[in-house]
Amino acid sequence: MHVPDGFLDAPTSVATGVVAAGAVGLALRKARTELDDRTAPMAGLVAAFIFAAQMINFPVGAGTSGHLLGGALAAVLVGPWTGVLCLSVVLLVQGLFMADGGITALGTNITLMGIVGVGTGWLVFAGLRAVLPKTLASVAPAAAVGALLSVPVAATVFTLLFAVGGQAPVETGTVFTAMVGWHTLIGVGEAVVTALVVGAVVAARPDLVYGARGLLAGRTLEIRKAAA
Amino acid sequence: MSRRFFAVFLLVALVLAGVGSYYASSHPDGLEYVAEKTGFLDSAEDSPVADGPFADYQTSGVEDERVGGGLAGVVGVLLVLGIAGGLAWAVRRRTPSAPEAERELEDTNL
Repeated sequence: MHVPDGFLDAPTSVATGVVAAGAVGLALRKARTELDDRTAPMAGLVAAFIFAAQMINFPVGAGTSGHLLGGALAAVLVGPWTGVLCLSVVLLVQGLFMADGGITALGTNITLMGIVGVGTGWLVFAGLRAVLPKTLASVAPAAAVGALLSVPVAATVFTLLFAVGGQAPVETGTVFTAMVGWHTLIGVGEAVVTALVVGAVVAARPDLVYGARGLLAGRTLEIRKAAA
Repeated sequence: MSRRFFAVFLLVALVLAGVGSYYASSHPDGLEYVAEKTGFLDSAEDSPVADGPFADYQTSGVEDERVGGGLAGVVGVLLVLGIAGGLAWAVRRRTPSAPEAERELEDTNL
């Protein structure tokens, strides 16, 4: 979903740039509560993994493809504020070094994939976690639903930005239908990859998963008597 | 021990970017496809860094796409790891988290 330069006009790009800068600034302060000596290396690895996974486009039908955005994945593994930082670094490196996503569009891309992607993924995950059984087995499915929804929501926000500042005279409704339709399919891929990765990390090191923190604290040692 | 877990995680990322990316679908992504179909793709402009050494996930000067793409991927993974990891390390809390302190307590009790 990397927006190139030119799709959106200057005022819209400046506005998303301001939003992105504000969110990154806030995330730099809030991430402190999510990161310690053990989880800080995890944040670097999650960002590196998302960069790698974003290179793996999977086909989603008639001549189009999608790749992991990673918002829900990052939010669940390292926390939402750290997730915003991870996605921002990924998008920065992609924009500056790989020419993937524009330079004036960097704020737009951070807004869409960083703020909206991570935010939607985390809010849906947190909502589901509140109603699902408080077990480690709930973490990956809840993350998957967050991932599934985060992609069409980000596509919707792109459409809104396009309606405000699109540089080509295209009907907003047409863009909306196409964007949400294709990105719902991509969201299915996002959900599958997110469930696999979160599931694997929860199985190997649940103590490193931010979204599983409360679940581990509640797991106490117990002495069981063997059945006679 | 976290070190082995982190090493495996990094290895997966490096293999995906360095090797797996060659086999990725080359179809346009969702946004590019929609832009083309609905008619706003032409408003896209080339990135100012479109001539950079790793533009479009290729390495300038490397003819072989598999090698050039893999190299760009590995460089990208290491750049992201360094910047994001460094940032996270810089803003981290300097005292151990509550769950960790509890676990250490449990360890001493056992």
